[in-house]
Amino acid sequence: MSSIAQFIPGKRPTATSSSAAPACIETDDAPAIAVENLCKKYRSHWAVDDASFVVPKGWTVGLLGGNGAGKTTTISMIMGLVVPSFGCAKVLGCDMAKERHEVLSRMNFESPYVALPGRLTVRQNLMVFGRLYGVQNLRARIEELIEDFELGDVLDRATGRLSAGQKTRVAVAKALINDPDVLLLDEPTASLDPDRAEWVRSRLRAYQQRRDATILLSSHNMTEVEQLCDFVVIMSRGRVVAMGRPRELAERFKCRDLDEVFIYLARVA
Amino acid sequence: MNQSLNRIAAMTARCYYILRSSWLRLLEIIYWPAMQMMVWGFLYTYLYNSRSAMASTAGMLLGAVLLWDVLFRGQLGFTFTFLEEIWSRNLANLMMSPLQPAELAASLMLMSLIRLLIGTIPVTLLALLLFGFNVYALGPALVVFFLNLVLTSWAIGLVVAGLVIRQGLGAESLAYSIMIVLLPLCCVYYPVEALPGWSHPVAWSLAPTYVFEGMRAVLLDGVFRTDLAIEGLALNAVYLTIGFTTFVALLQSARHKGGLLTMGE
Repeated sequence: MSSIAQFIPGKRPTATSSSAAPACIETDDAPAIAVENLCKKYRSHWAVDDASFVVPKGWTVGLLGGNGAGKTTTISMIMGLVVPSFGCAKVLGCDMAKERHEVLSRMNFESPYVALPGRLTVRQNLMVFGRLYGVQNLRARIEELIEDFELGDVLDRATGRLSAGQKTRVAVAKALINDPDVLLLDEPTASLDPDRAEWVRSRLRAYQQRRDATILLSSHNMTEVEQLCDFVVIMSRGRVVAMGRPRELAERFKCRDLDEVFIYLARVA
Repeated sequence: MNQSLNRIAAMTARCYYILRSSWLRLLEIIYWPAMQMMVWGFLYTYLYNSRSAMASTAGMLLGAVLLWDVLFRGQLGFTFTFLEEIWSRNLANLMMSPLQPAELAASLMLMSLIRLLIGTIPVTLLALLLFGFNVYALGPALVVFFLNLVLTSWAIGLVVAGLVIRQGLGAESLAYSIMIVLLPLCCVYYPVEALPGWSHPVAWSLAPTYVFEGMRAVLLDGVFRTDLAIEGLALNAVYLTIGFTTFVALLQSARHKGGLLTMGE
């Protein structure tokens, strides 16, 4: 059973337990995302089983787990695209099953399951989504994104004709178009070569620091998680099986790095 | 309100960009109605020039074809615009944006109307040029008929879109086939009296029946039946309410079922 995170004033994230049980995030920062006893049952299968964790404002938290661990379902519930069977997911204080429209303009996301309309040019896609999110000074914002993500060369090309790497850059640019307070990223660098992946990570880091944004990202790339995340939540078979700072998790499980922790938990959890 | 209009405009712009990106798509919108018009137009000419009893009803036939196309293409335009979002795996992007279901529905209606006008105006002009049939001679009645049919097409489009959201692309074929169920019952080419007695209540429960009966009254008797127009509009108000409620309910049901994120995969 995973525990709900507690908040202790004045502390950065620390793992409070040295056992295999999940640790809590301890901080005085208010939660941007609060997942409380979240469950999702599909017929007889529990895709997510009593998951609880919080992501404090301004933090980057990694959601890890093998295939079928429940990450995508959890993220879907946080986005309000899936209604939980039990429990709730709150973003900026709003229950995403009931009040999602209160906060959607302050969130955004990027996922490999989703694509931008391929027939539209990059510029058209950014214009459409900018208007959907009610972005002020949209043209100026698009110019910023073009510069940040080096999209000048592809701006008037159909999005569907771009390379996988270019599409990812456009998708991340779209995810940042409304300067979101909360950003959900599902494997944001999965289709990129290491150089481009690092480049995108640097942009995400810069954005997070500039806006003090909250990022929840799922990834299978442990190096990426170690570089980007203040804290990680590891899921297996729908349950949260471990939480903590990347380095602390490695120490707790007597592993060299997060890769080994991941493999260990995937086998024993 | 401004934000809402801005989002509807954004969605409409997105559909406009798609149409603009391919002349083949534009051609496709005109192609089928034009081909249908040609076939029925030649039949109209044949009947009109014959000395049979059918000669007097030839115009009615062509009018019915044109109005049926408004109903059929209106629903197709609505549903296809929605299916574009699923085919391009964009639905989750929209569902995660501040776009509200009512705004999505409004933008689909607007695009359906635009596609309909692109498809039907050239065809009505074709009917006038090639066969001398002037559907605009129906006068203001045409506007009422058009409005009634478009409202019905949107109501049905909403239900189909809801079913696709709920059931996935397995329900896609409904987009093409659902209107055919109405064809025999809403008396496009014949009066309600031609149907067996037991089916009359069914026919009169369908808003398009009032339009086609109204059209026959104008073309045969030169009378615009206000009562039929009002009853049709009233039925459509009920249809649209049911259609939108069903759409929202099916969307909510899809959120329980899961799969919105991966829809189109």
